Amino acid sequence: MIKAILIFNNHGKPRLSKFYEHYNEDTEQQIIRETFHLVSKRDENVCNFLEGGMLIGGSDYKLIYRHYATLYFVFCVDSSESELGILDLIQVFVETLDKCFENVCELDLIFHVDKVHNILAEMVMGGMVLETNMNEIITQVDAQNKMEKAEAGIAGAPARAVSAVKNMNLPEMPRNINIGDISIKVPNLPSFK
Amino acid sequence: MPAVSKGDGMRGLAVFISDIRNCKSKEAEIKRINKELANIRSKFKGDKALDGYSKKKYVCKLLFIFLLGHDIDFGHMEAVNLLSSNKYTEKQIGYLFISVLVNSNSELIRLINNAIKNDLSSRNPTFMCLALHCIANVGSREMAEAFASEIPRILVAGDTMDSVKQSAALCLLRLYKTSPDLVLMGEWTSRVVHLLNDQHMGVVTAAISLITCLSQKNPDEFKTCVSLAVSRLSRIVSSASTDLQDYTYYFVPAPWLSCKLLRLLQCYPPPEDGAVKGRLVECLETILNKAQEPPKSKKVQHSNAKNAILFEAIALIIHYDSEPNLLVRACNQLGQFLQHRETNLRYLALESMCTLASSEFSHEAVKTHIETVINALKTERDVSVRQRAADLLYAMCDRSNAKQIVAEMLSYLETADYSIREEMVLKVAILAEKYAVDYSWYVDTILNLIRIAGDYVSEEVWYRVIQIVINRDDVQGYAAKTVFEALQAPACHENMVKVGGYILGEFGNLIAGDPRSSPLVQFNLLHSKFHLCSVPTRALLLSAYIKFINLFPETKATIQEVLRCDSQIRNSDVELQQRAVEYLKLSSIASTDVLATVLEEMPPFPERESSILAKLKKKKGPGAVSVTEMEDGKREGGELNGGGDRGPDASAMAASNASTPSPSADLLGIRPAAPVSAAPASVGSLLVDVFSEAGPAASSAAVNDEGFLSSAPPSEDPAPPLSEADELLNKFVCKNNGVLFENQLLQIGIKSEYRQNLGRMYLFYGNKTSVQFASFTTTVSYPGELQSQLNVQSKPVEPLVEGGAQIQQVLNIECLTDFSEAPLLNIKFRYGGALQNLTLKLPVTINKFFQPTEMASQDFFQRWKQLSQPQQEAQKIFKANNSMDTEVLKAKLLGLGMALLDNVDPNPENYVCAGVIQTKGQQVGCLLRLEPNAQAQMYRLTLRCSKDSVSRRLCELLAEQF
Repeated sequence: MIKAILIFNNHGKPRLSKFYEHYNEDTEQQIIRETFHLVSKRDENVCNFLEGGMLIGGSDYKLIYRHYATLYFVFCVDSSESELGILDLIQVFVETLDKCFENVCELDLIFHVDKVHNILAEMVMGGMVLETNMNEIITQVDAQNKMEKAEAGIAGAPARAVSAVKNMNLPEMPRNINIGDISIKVPNLPSFK
Repeated sequence: MPAVSKGDGMRGLAVFISDIRNCKSKEAEIKRINKELANIRSKFKGDKALDGYSKKKYVCKLLFIFLLGHDIDFGHMEAVNLLSSNKYTEKQIGYLFISVLVNSNSELIRLINNAIKNDLSSRNPTFMCLALHCIANVGSREMAEAFASEIPRILVAGDTMDSVKQSAALCLLRLYKTSPDLVLMGEWTSRVVHLLNDQHMGVVTAAISLITCLSQKNPDEFKTCVSLAVSRLSRIVSSASTDLQDYTYYFVPAPWLSCKLLRLLQCYPPPEDGAVKGRLVECLETILNKAQEPPKSKKVQHSNAKNAILFEAIALIIHYDSEPNLLVRACNQLGQFLQHRETNLRYLALESMCTLASSEFSHEAVKTHIETVINALKTERDVSVRQRAADLLYAMCDRSNAKQIVAEMLSYLETADYSIREEMVLKVAILAEKYAVDYSWYVDTILNLIRIAGDYVSEEVWYRVIQIVINRDDVQGYAAKTVFEALQAPACHENMVKVGGYILGEFGNLIAGDPRSSPLVQFNLLHSKFHLCSVPTRALLLSAYIKFINLFPETKATIQEVLRCDSQIRNSDVELQQRAVEYLKLSSIASTDVLATVLEEMPPFPERESSILAKLKKKKGPGAVSVTEMEDGKREGGELNGGGDRGPDASAMAASNASTPSPSADLLGIRPAAPVSAAPASVGSLLVDVFSEAGPAASSAAVNDEGFLSSAPPSEDPAPPLSEADELLNKFVCKNNGVLFENQLLQIGIKSEYRQNLGRMYLFYGNKTSVQFASFTTTVSYPGELQSQLNVQSKPVEPLVEGGAQIQQVLNIECLTDFSEAPLLNIKFRYGGALQNLTLKLPVTINKFFQPTEMASQDFFQRWKQLSQPQQEAQKIFKANNSMDTEVLKAKLLGLGMALLDNVDPNPENYVCAGVIQTKGQQVGCLLRLEPNAQAQMYRLTLRCSKDSVSRRLCELLAEQF
């Protein structure tokens, strides 16, 4: 079973956290910090598996992670999962994100946290894998987007126009959104067959 | 086309996130967040109804704030309201909020359940999936109560969409995990198993997780999944890489599903059906063959997926442990991976080999890789991999390579990562002890261990070396010489000082002949370390000094001077001060004879499970140390130590110090030990912890102590039976002698014998205090209808029981007819004026009147069939409470009084017994069958007796025994 899925950047800023077992907010934050601490000090070229931190259950659980450019994708799993299988699953997740966001980057995860959650929900449910076929996942996500668009088309348009106008009048609205160093692209994801 | 176009993001959200990211300080960030929270709160509270877009925007903002680690304490109600919206967007964002922010204890669950109920019955697949996701995410008991019966229906219904089926399978799994009692598969079982044949691979993927979990819990009911899984696996393995279309991942057909199928098969023993087994072996061979083929792609994903299947296949081969041919191939394959350039593969190969090493077929084959593994331990850059290498060395160690492996592990320890040192130390200590052929090597190894990694050497390790030195007189001289040399080092670890102090104090005389290690030199050497040590070590050294006075009278003056100086005799630490004072007095008053008696050499320690092994088990969890290993440990430990039965703290010194309550826990036992309190459980908790099992009598005594003394009612009526009376009774179902009851005042022992329908029981009442018990009376009474079923005659006992004395009472028992209740024994006496009143159940159970009956297999089954009326049979399925060890089980069944019949049951794992219960009026024939399931840690117990009440009672009694 997958106990938690965490995404954070090279500085330890969480970009997604999904726990399939209940912890209180403080513990969740501590787990993220602990996991970041464990994972980030590892060199490149070492293996992608390590024992979980104490908070998440120690040696009964494994952290399986991949590091893409600015982001770490970490799955915390118990011994019933295949290590290499989970590595593949992370790859499928990232490739799916890449398809859905067209060259996904860290910013996409920040500004579309709801989408990322939805995509993940098509793959993993209650800690177990629901679907591994990327095309199937994307089909589901596309269908949802269509529904969203349809609804926005009928009812959402006036509201959106109003809020757009409001935003224009906001005096403190920044001219440039400073995105700093975060727009690094995930490099060369192979296109999926 | 991208599924999410970047233009349609929410502008307000983007602005907010940018603001946060531009905050220069944590304070500024918190300020901005609080401002936003206030804004959202007012929006939610406002009269104007928010449109869906705004609601979504605010919820996204809240999610972002939550991700940053801030508490969100509002918005839940708004989210719940969104669930009942007809619009997908609103519903979806509501569910998202709930899945991230609502936990299973929330009061909102009932409202959420209502919304879910509507969505599940909506027949809109998207809504159904959202609802199922929500159940799986929250997974509370309340949800299980509401939906556990509904979801199996959705799962197997013919008209359910595939995506909904997938979600329903995993949703059901989640509910089963949280509330297994509410998820009743019964009628659905077969249809769920047949989901393995589903057309849609996604459905199979989801269903297999559910089936695996259910199979682990109810292997028998789901047995049919084995052949289905094998045929599905075989279809995948033999398919061309393009057959499965989208489920082909980098040229590998359905890798995830293959892994899961192989995992499912690991829940079961090898298939019995020859055809199924043949097909499976073929699959496994194909998988092994494919590993040797050239890769179809250079991408790492291709080899990953291929190897994921390969490792699961190897795990299955190891699990079956019955095909030597496959095992050797698996071992060779892993050997190749040990040198692979991919670190991941080296890691996994080391891990799999660890399990392979315990198979008798492949242990030798694994051993051929020892050089590679040692090399990995030395040169791997990755600590995770090094740790696996260390684990594998530990697993492959046996008598032939122990010296090499221990030496390598010791040298690795010098540079090992701090995180794994303690475990390494324990492993080295265990291997050194387990495979020691000569004890000087053992002593060298442990002292090296202390030298190299002193900080990580726990008390168990150095206690153990001392136990062994004391028990083996051939190594004592060597040990004394070696510690003496080790202590010469200018800086040596405190643990070394402890071992040195103890061993020189006991055996310093063995090396005193050499002028280089004369008594005074030894003493000066120890004392030179004294000032650098902590209080417990100093206390131990003081005890070593007094032993020196005994061993070497010529050191008396020097040592007395040391004891007499202010820093000892007026030490601010009470323990040290008291030792200094008492030892000084002892050395000046006692004659040499008295001194020699008090400070006599330590007697040998009892044989027991290695304390170190116990510690490793505790550290790594019960699964980490295999059963065989523990047994080995016991056996080998036995070779190492002599007999006896005392902890290392109960030394010859105990008596002289018994009055001193002390927090320190050294080997010289300064604690208020056994002689005074006599309650075994009061021996310091630390040592109970370290030195394994306190006897059952001791533990029950500990439970009883307070309850009895404080709750004894002042009335003269017999007290109600103790709450634990049933538990005490259960201890005696399979045995006739032992301690029935013990508390601080009283101990009751039992000896009993039975013949035909008659029995005789001797009760021994021991007064554990120094004060006499007055008005001591005992009465036997019969609850319920027992009066007419059992006859117990007893003679009255003496009314006075002196302090420390024991009195005996004989009971004659006659069984008139079968019975279920146990007779009660009430004991009353006055202790220091207070009335003590206590009632126990006498351990007289129906099985005591068994006569064993031997019979052949044929007879057994004939009688079994004769007793086929439903009420004659009683059956119970229960979890194992104790070890499922064969010998233990046999001993218990024999203790039961029936004959244990060999070669009757076709399954050799099962036990069958036969016996006749003798009562005055009639004889009752009984047959028993006990089927253990080691995998599930469960038993099924079936009894058939010619009298139905006997079946029921025996079944009740026995279910508590295993």
